[in-house]
Amino acid sequence: MNIIGKPRRRVDARAKVLGQTRFADDLSLPRMLHCRLLRSHLPHARILAIDTARAAAAPGVKCVLTGKDFPISYGILPVSQDEHALCTDVVRFVGDPVAAVIASSEEEAQAAAELIEVTYESLTTIADPHQAMATPAPRIHDYGDDGNVHKRVAFEFGDVEEAIAKADHVFEDTFFFQGNTHLPIEQHASLAIVDPDGKLCIWSSTQTPHYLHRALSKSLAIPAAHIRVIATPNGGGFGGKSDPFNHEIVVCKAAMRTGRPVKICLNREEVFYCHRGRHPVEMHLRTAVSRDGMIQAMDLETLLDGGAYGSYGVASTFYTGALQTVTYKVPRYRFRGCRTFTNKPPCGPKRGHGTPQPRFAQEVQLDKIAVALKTNPATLRSQQLAEPNSLTANYLRIGTIGLGQCIEKVVAGSDFHRRWQKLPLGRGLGLACSSYLCGAGLPIYWNDLPHSGVQLKLDRSGGVTAFCGATEIGQGSDDMLALIVAEILGIDPFDIRVVTGDTDLTPVDLGSYSSRVTLMMGNAAIQAAERAKELLAEAASKKLDVPKSRLSFAERRVFDVSDPAKSLSFQEATMAAEAMFGTLGTVGSYTPPASAAKFKGGGVGPSPAYSYSAAVVEVEVDPETGWIHVPKIWIGHDIGRALNPVLARGQVEGSVYMGLGEALMEEQYFRRLPARLSNALVHKFPSMLEYKSPTTLEMPEVVTYLIEEPDASGPFGAKEVGQGPLLPIMPAVANAVFDAVGVRIDEVPITPEKIVRALERAARGQSARVGPGAFPSIPWPESLRVPPPWEGGDGKAVNERPRKSSMSDKDGRLGGKP
Amino acid sequence: MKKVVLTLRINDELAEVAFAPHKTLLEVLREDLALTGTKHGCELGECGACAVLVDGKPVLSCLLLAQECEGANVLTVEGMASDDRLHPLQEAFADLGAAQCGYCTPGFLVTAKALLDRNPSASRNEIREALSGNLCRCTGYIQIYEAVEEAAKKMGRP
Repeated sequence: MNIIGKPRRRVDARAKVLGQTRFADDLSLPRMLHCRLLRSHLPHARILAIDTARAAAAPGVKCVLTGKDFPISYGILPVSQDEHALCTDVVRFVGDPVAAVIASSEEEAQAAAELIEVTYESLTTIADPHQAMATPAPRIHDYGDDGNVHKRVAFEFGDVEEAIAKADHVFEDTFFFQGNTHLPIEQHASLAIVDPDGKLCIWSSTQTPHYLHRALSKSLAIPAAHIRVIATPNGGGFGGKSDPFNHEIVVCKAAMRTGRPVKICLNREEVFYCHRGRHPVEMHLRTAVSRDGMIQAMDLETLLDGGAYGSYGVASTFYTGALQTVTYKVPRYRFRGCRTFTNKPPCGPKRGHGTPQPRFAQEVQLDKIAVALKTNPATLRSQQLAEPNSLTANYLRIGTIGLGQCIEKVVAGSDFHRRWQKLPLGRGLGLACSSYLCGAGLPIYWNDLPHSGVQLKLDRSGGVTAFCGATEIGQGSDDMLALIVAEILGIDPFDIRVVTGDTDLTPVDLGSYSSRVTLMMGNAAIQAAERAKELLAEAASKKLDVPKSRLSFAERRVFDVSDPAKSLSFQEATMAAEAMFGTLGTVGSYTPPASAAKFKGGGVGPSPAYSYSAAVVEVEVDPETGWIHVPKIWIGHDIGRALNPVLARGQVEGSVYMGLGEALMEEQYFRRLPARLSNALVHKFPSMLEYKSPTTLEMPEVVTYLIEEPDASGPFGAKEVGQGPLLPIMPAVANAVFDAVGVRIDEVPITPEKIVRALERAARGQSARVGPGAFPSIPWPESLRVPPPWEGGDGKAVNERPRKSSMSDKDGRLGGKP
Repeated sequence: MKKVVLTLRINDELAEVAFAPHKTLLEVLREDLALTGTKHGCELGECGACAVLVDGKPVLSCLLLAQECEGANVLTVEGMASDDRLHPLQEAFADLGAAQCGYCTPGFLVTAKALLDRNPSASRNEIREALSGNLCRCTGYIQIYEAVEEAAKKMGRP
């Protein structure tokens, strides 16, 4: 390996440090107009009338749009096509957009938007899932399971009640994970034009240009072939730029209406309204264990507060159960999840998508089990790791698993065995583990097409251009593309020009989500590069009169390994190949392997590979004030292979940072205004000042261990690193707080106020715990019963109603045909 | 609104610019001078993305009226590299992973430059303190500290 595994400057670093990276809001065009949206100040109301006359007559105004201009709905999932670019008849949360003004300047557009008069009739506001279940009418949406319940799912892999009845111990807990948001520093921005040949073009800060392309085509009723979506480099995504957004569709329509470029940049308050962040989730977890702590069965119920729209919510709901089985052997498993609509900004995918919440529950409960059984939490986990190359109870296919080494590293680094339960009052250590996908095994909409495509153009100049629809959101996807192609062709990553995230120029890649890019784009890039190498080798072989098998590519040369003096420069090789084959170009594509899960709903969770992480967090807690200080964190991450260790460590540290924010302070908190002030549910924190996130002063020292055990599914053995290392941090903090002051905070964020409350309860002789009360009784549907592989199962449910043969239902994918 | 016409000194270049008097330095840089290297994340002084140096001191350009900068020396990220050479901070940020998405990077770079110009041997704690007004959601800050330390080392050498 010449490049893989070496710490390197990323290919796009120069632009970033010069301030030359062109983010969406850095773009401007001649005759450009500006757009501002009028958003609802009510959380749930019927629109009776909209009077735009004064706005339309205001200075500088070129165009005013309302819901009437957007009759066609859209949504990221085919099963949740519940959004309109501007609300047509009902507003569903404070911040839902109802009108758009396009004017010569942003100020004029804003001033005119304030002249629009909307007459509303207020409707009952649903604040949380409990209220949603108790209030079937009025419905926030006229679809979904029933009332204000969006979706209920239920699965059982083996007879869980039987295992629980027979077990030596059963541990039962409730947990709550508060919602939080991505808070990318870049605010969403878009610029749309009708280009000179009459086609629509949009530059946008999106993580998923392909899905935006589809949503624009549908909602604007224009053939996709007449739309070009260019994903600008994202100034941070974290999942928050993965949905098609109102403003993206609005500026496209406005550009078509005015014939001029139209731009919008959301302000920070609006970014909080776009949201699509972490779902608040209540959880009920029962785990049956043997005397020695071996898990016999796990029974999980989750209740999600979905906010006002579907977004990715159906997938999020599945994800609150799907990955609980991949870390430890879980012989039997039942999972039931329910998502409700509420009148708050829609929740969706944030780093870890639906899995950090139940992971918090599982890892905190394991800590309780270890304490109760007087065993060490590291040993408890290590003794029952999932097997490599095995199927889980819910038919996820695990490849390599480096979790054991992750645990060993963080335990040794933190001197866990000697210090856990031995530190003085106020200091503690906590351990937790986790796992994450390396790309969702299925696309958002049903199709049998590749998930990623890479195209290479080579010519006599020796230049190589790599094209891929993948989107650079800061994680380094452009660098992954360049370095993989460079490694195979024996050139330098800086020799390559990368063109990414442009639906006109680049082959489809599904986008930067589910930690899929390195694995999927990487495999497609390997295929394209190997094919190019084959062409070059063929020509070089002839030119040098050396058998192909003896040729090697390195240091911008193609040479005979037995006689390195016999060589061509890379450019000479491209010339020889172009002479031999004509114009040079190759393609590669990647489609994940078929899932072993054959039951409806089994489409969420499968991945070509799983990454693993373990973390030890050290805390200092002031028993008087509850103030928490985190001096140090040790994290081990099973990455398969670190293709660029600088970037890999950056992803780990960034995940630790974001996890620590979720553990200690980040929360999307809403309060209800008094009736005289409209009864609205409003954001307590629609600003960066009030939405607390860690600064340099809160960030601890982090010791990172990258565990490299190559996985055959990944490019050069690589697995994901962008999301997994976030997951163990929240439970490790909770477990460390218990070790420090003996109280259980069974919810996040873990704030000083909650610690003091728990300590006060303990002082009064009550349970030293702060967390949710009893889990509500949910009318679950009959579970789909799928016997696990070791009980004779074949991946099919035994009680599934025969499904339509149409592809729309196949394997529980998330929606119908495209 | 009637525009004011001022001459600003930005990155050692004089620029005559006409703008509405209520405009912030951030807006004038980005909208009237096409210096889009300086970013915005909140327009309320909360995130540090818009930091520039005014007479060598870091300021939040979203909170400063452009009019107030008449006669001052303003340095933005565009002024950090000299000729074809990156500033040592830029080199180190690029090499050591201190820029992931790159959106907060210009603010960090100029703030770190002000620190090292004042205190070439800043300790890790002094670096943390100096950068505590700049939010980064990608890196967890550690590679940023390392880059500042590396640049300090290089700048210390003749």
